[in-house]
Amino acid sequence: MAKSALLKSSIAKKYWMALTGLFLCLFLTGHLAGNLQLLIPDNASAFNQYALFMTTNPAVKVLSYLTYISIIFHAIDGIMLAIQNKKARPIAYAKNNPSGNSSFASRNMAVLGTVILIFIVTHMVTFWAKMHFDKNMPLQTLSVTDEASGMKQDFYITTGTGQDKFLPVNQVDGKNLVIEGNKIFIVKPIKVEFAQGYKDLYKITLDFFRDAKYGLIYTLLYVLAMLALGFHLWHGFASAFQSLGLNNPKFNAGIKIFGRAFSVLVPLLFAIIPLYIHFSK
Amino acid sequence: MSAAKNINITLKIWRQKNADSKGNIETYKLDNVSTASSFLEMLDQLNEQLINERKEPVAFDHDCREGICGMCSLYINGRAHGPETGTTTCQLHMRKFNDGDTIFIEPWRSKAFPVVKDLVVDRSAFDRIQQAGGFVSVNTSGNTIDANSIPIPKDDADKAFMAAACIGCGACVASCKNGSAMLFVGAKVSQYALLPQGKVEATQRVQNMVRQMDEEGFGNCTNTGACEVECPKGISLENIARMNREYLKSSF
Amino acid sequence: MKLDSKIPQGPLSDKWTDYKDHLKLVAPNNRPKIDIIVVGTGLAGASAAASLGEMGYNVKAFCFQDSPRRAHSIAAQGGINAAKNYQNDGDSIYRLFYDTIKGGDYRSREANVHRLAEVSGNIIDQCVSQGVPFAREYGGMLDNRSFGGVQVQRTFYAAGQTGQQLLLGAYSALSRQIGLGHVKMFSRHEMLDLVKVDGKARGIIARNLVTGELERHSAHAVVIASGGYGNVYFLSTNAMGSNVTASWKVHKQGAAFANPCFVQIHPTCIPVHGTNQAKLTLMSESLRNSGRIWVPKKKEDAEAVRNGSLKPTQIAEEDRDYYLERRYPAFGNLVPRDVASRAAKEVCDEGLGIEANDTNEGVYLDFSSEIKSKGKEVAYAQGNHDPNEEETIKLGKQWIEEKYGNLFAMYEKITDENPYETPMKIYPAVHYTMGGVWVDYNLQSTIPGCFVAGEANFSDHGANRLGASALMQGLADGYFVLPYTVSNYLADDIRTGKISTDSPEFAQAESNVKATIDKFLNNNGTKSVDHFHKRLGLVMWNKVGMARNEKGLKEAIEEIGQIRDEFYKDVYVPGTSDELNPELEKALRVADFLELGQLMAMDALQRNESCGGHFRNEYQDAEGETLRDDEKFSFVSAWEYKGQDTTKAELHKEELKYEFIKIAARNYK
Repeated sequence: MAKSALLKSSIAKKYWMALTGLFLCLFLTGHLAGNLQLLIPDNASAFNQYALFMTTNPAVKVLSYLTYISIIFHAIDGIMLAIQNKKARPIAYAKNNPSGNSSFASRNMAVLGTVILIFIVTHMVTFWAKMHFDKNMPLQTLSVTDEASGMKQDFYITTGTGQDKFLPVNQVDGKNLVIEGNKIFIVKPIKVEFAQGYKDLYKITLDFFRDAKYGLIYTLLYVLAMLALGFHLWHGFASAFQSLGLNNPKFNAGIKIFGRAFSVLVPLLFAIIPLYIHFSK
Repeated sequence: MSAAKNINITLKIWRQKNADSKGNIETYKLDNVSTASSFLEMLDQLNEQLINERKEPVAFDHDCREGICGMCSLYINGRAHGPETGTTTCQLHMRKFNDGDTIFIEPWRSKAFPVVKDLVVDRSAFDRIQQAGGFVSVNTSGNTIDANSIPIPKDDADKAFMAAACIGCGACVASCKNGSAMLFVGAKVSQYALLPQGKVEATQRVQNMVRQMDEEGFGNCTNTGACEVECPKGISLENIARMNREYLKSSF
Repeated sequence: MKLDSKIPQGPLSDKWTDYKDHLKLVAPNNRPKIDIIVVGTGLAGASAAASLGEMGYNVKAFCFQDSPRRAHSIAAQGGINAAKNYQNDGDSIYRLFYDTIKGGDYRSREANVHRLAEVSGNIIDQCVSQGVPFAREYGGMLDNRSFGGVQVQRTFYAAGQTGQQLLLGAYSALSRQIGLGHVKMFSRHEMLDLVKVDGKARGIIARNLVTGELERHSAHAVVIASGGYGNVYFLSTNAMGSNVTASWKVHKQGAAFANPCFVQIHPTCIPVHGTNQAKLTLMSESLRNSGRIWVPKKKEDAEAVRNGSLKPTQIAEEDRDYYLERRYPAFGNLVPRDVASRAAKEVCDEGLGIEANDTNEGVYLDFSSEIKSKGKEVAYAQGNHDPNEEETIKLGKQWIEEKYGNLFAMYEKITDENPYETPMKIYPAVHYTMGGVWVDYNLQSTIPGCFVAGEANFSDHGANRLGASALMQGLADGYFVLPYTVSNYLADDIRTGKISTDSPEFAQAESNVKATIDKFLNNNGTKSVDHFHKRLGLVMWNKVGMARNEKGLKEAIEEIGQIRDEFYKDVYVPGTSDELNPELEKALRVADFLELGQLMAMDALQRNESCGGHFRNEYQDAEGETLRDDEKFSFVSAWEYKGQDTTKAELHKEELKYEFIKIAARNYK
């Protein structure tokens, strides 16, 4: 096959949509597993540890780059398809009754996809970008009250072991100990990384959905986006198998049932999290 | 059987002088249509009325009027070949409509099927796809091997037949929100892919037919399944999947 | 006009082989210099165009439909015959040949029919290798079924869509040649005249139906494969566009038209429903394998059924007349088509018809016996040796559905009745025309270079065609006869060079066509084309239909002449000539039908005998069967055109010599 056909042919485009789509389903499952930890009360440590792992582990990095590529490819390919498909019918029917032959979800994949894309962008700005690039992202701290003195002291929790696990916040003075991002350095005699702190994604998340002014709106928008995702998956999951040529009467019913269960459960569980956070404050 | 009766209807029909002119929907009233008439006999009746009024009759494609030649088309009340599934327009009967109904009649809408006049469209894109690879390269010699020398499992033969039952009417394209021709092409690719005679040149066939399909300006398949529902011959989506498989196979 | 059938000498079974071996050839390097026009893309036309294209000739193919795949061969349902003897029931080339001659009531040529039987097996081989998905058995072998008029199972089929599958096979072969550039396809084009130069067919005038432009196309030979003329009856099982125009133009240019009165009325069609009806729908003859035909024995029962007070299922077994089984015990419901049709007409004429329409014409085709017996068989096969009635009927219906599902669905769509529960209503309708342009053994008409194939010629079916033989003939002509005989003719043309379309002959032909078109468009009459077509159809059906007599035929000749005169005076054709104008197309076709219809009546009138589809009330035996007159009428009637008033046409006779089989009365009892 000519190389251009790998991208240009209508059927090849379908393969790419299907493959990237199915990969993103895997991503969703992983992402959901992590997010569900937010439902456990006072789970900041575990959650933030998980967040650090997800942002630093090389294997996860590879997967995350694959995810970015998939999202971008899925979106661009999808937009190109939508344009091509729009061009294929220059004059619309005066009277059309498509609900007689196809589902709402299947006819609105592009619209649903666009909603999801907008969601992904804002979602990334809100959380992912903060996590990755925000120099002022707070690190997780632990307050300990000394029983004897009644004094309260805050500690950073770090990746260090033993004594280094907890680093009193007041020791970080900007001269001997500095923090850049989440990395903690000893400056003298030479600058050496001493440990890493945990960016407090947990707090950011809770604060976001519990924002006094916009928390409810954010929560509702999140739920709406999940609704769009649900519809998108309702058609998309089984559709991907058809695109890849995996249509066999023996398995079709199974794929369909699994796909529908997936398309209901995954967005539903995603949506429960902000609702829980918002309404449990 | 419900006894035949007469109904009065209002028709909203797309009129377009020729390929280059702009069209519009015109309204016609037609009385005393027998419910035993076919939809096309109803249009005959309208045309007779128009001719008697010295107006230009409506041009529409039709030939065999028994649901097999694939020449009739028409987008009726928002559905390809009208409201009844598994039926071509010529086999649709007026008993499916009620007295006082308003019926919209439009041509197939697709960039690849330009309107020729009124409700007549040019479907030669399908012919060109077939010419690109929809055949087995065997010459007429009279000396081909005996028809029974390659046994073909009944199941394969039946599936090939069901794919080959496509009448090339274009309802799949017309009803697809993307104007995709994949059910048509998939059916043809499948028919040959399922038979030992067709397997030999399966690679070139699927490549060439898909390339031609893309060149014709059809949209892409998003698996809405509308084509399968509207196909008067019940061609299965399985055929599109098989084409997808064949195309994948042919790519390596 | 001299009729030379050019039948080769020698023993019957060697004629074609010997003849073929001695035909002239055109070398591959010369073929691209030679143009061939093929008009029509049904089985005969598509297969001819594909084969000639494969050989390397420059082929131009024409069809009036929007695609060559739409030709009406596509509607053939039942099957295609071939003497393969796969079922080991004693079939052979000779038997197929004999059955076809006998089925045609001894009015066809021995040599042509034998050739047809000889190549029948090749057709199946060819089609299978093209990827035609014929029905198969579980062992992977091809399945067969029986058809009317024979006692073997030699019919190959693809559900109830055999014609479709064969045509799509030929269309695929044609498409391949179009893709390779060997054939140039002209869809939505109608041939409106044949152009002769120096007495030879050298081209056609065609109208581009989209732009209305008249086009001149030249060629070294012209093949007409434009089908039959059943639409002269207005109501028939033919497609709406099926017409005689190409054949008739050839006839007007000097080709003899043979046996026009031989028309096949098919016994199993859905009865007429009303005056707005535009066409009749066939229910495949294969249904007669499983269905039993009957009418009520008592007139009062028939009347009660018609007025809706009695259901057919309520009529007791002893009150039903299974008239075909009664009259023809040996063949029963599988008698040939002409016999079955006439029998239906007779019982309806007696007042036993069951259809509630203007004419009461209709009989039952009942599947309940088959449902029971097949249900039992299936139950046994599944190991249930004592099925109750409910199970039996359920399994039986499933069996029927698998075999005839699409036909049953079609019937239900049209009539709104469920044929699994209540018997089908059927009545004969015009289906096929055995007559056509006279051709010799080479399929060449009396105009040199003008070949005619398939239903458009008269050659193989005599006075009646057997079921599943039309598909066979179309493909035999196109795949296995024309490539040889056309090459033989063209061997003398390798030095001719391109035929110019600037000659006076082309100019004259084009201006004639233009004049006719202008005349219609400027006629400004008051009645539509259909108005005249319907009137013609009624006369044809009533007086030149299933049963004819001298008085009726004479009236028909008179009346058709009147309708024709009125047509030219009073027809109104809207629109212009430079656009898609379906009414103009119809007018041009009906003009030809109005001449042909009269000729059919003339032909029927001169044939003072009954044979096959031609039944003259005056000529029947004591039991009402056809009475042939082999002494006086063992000939092909070939008419020479002498002007629009076809009563002036001149009759020529080609005597039929039966050297190899003995003529006998046709007996299906």
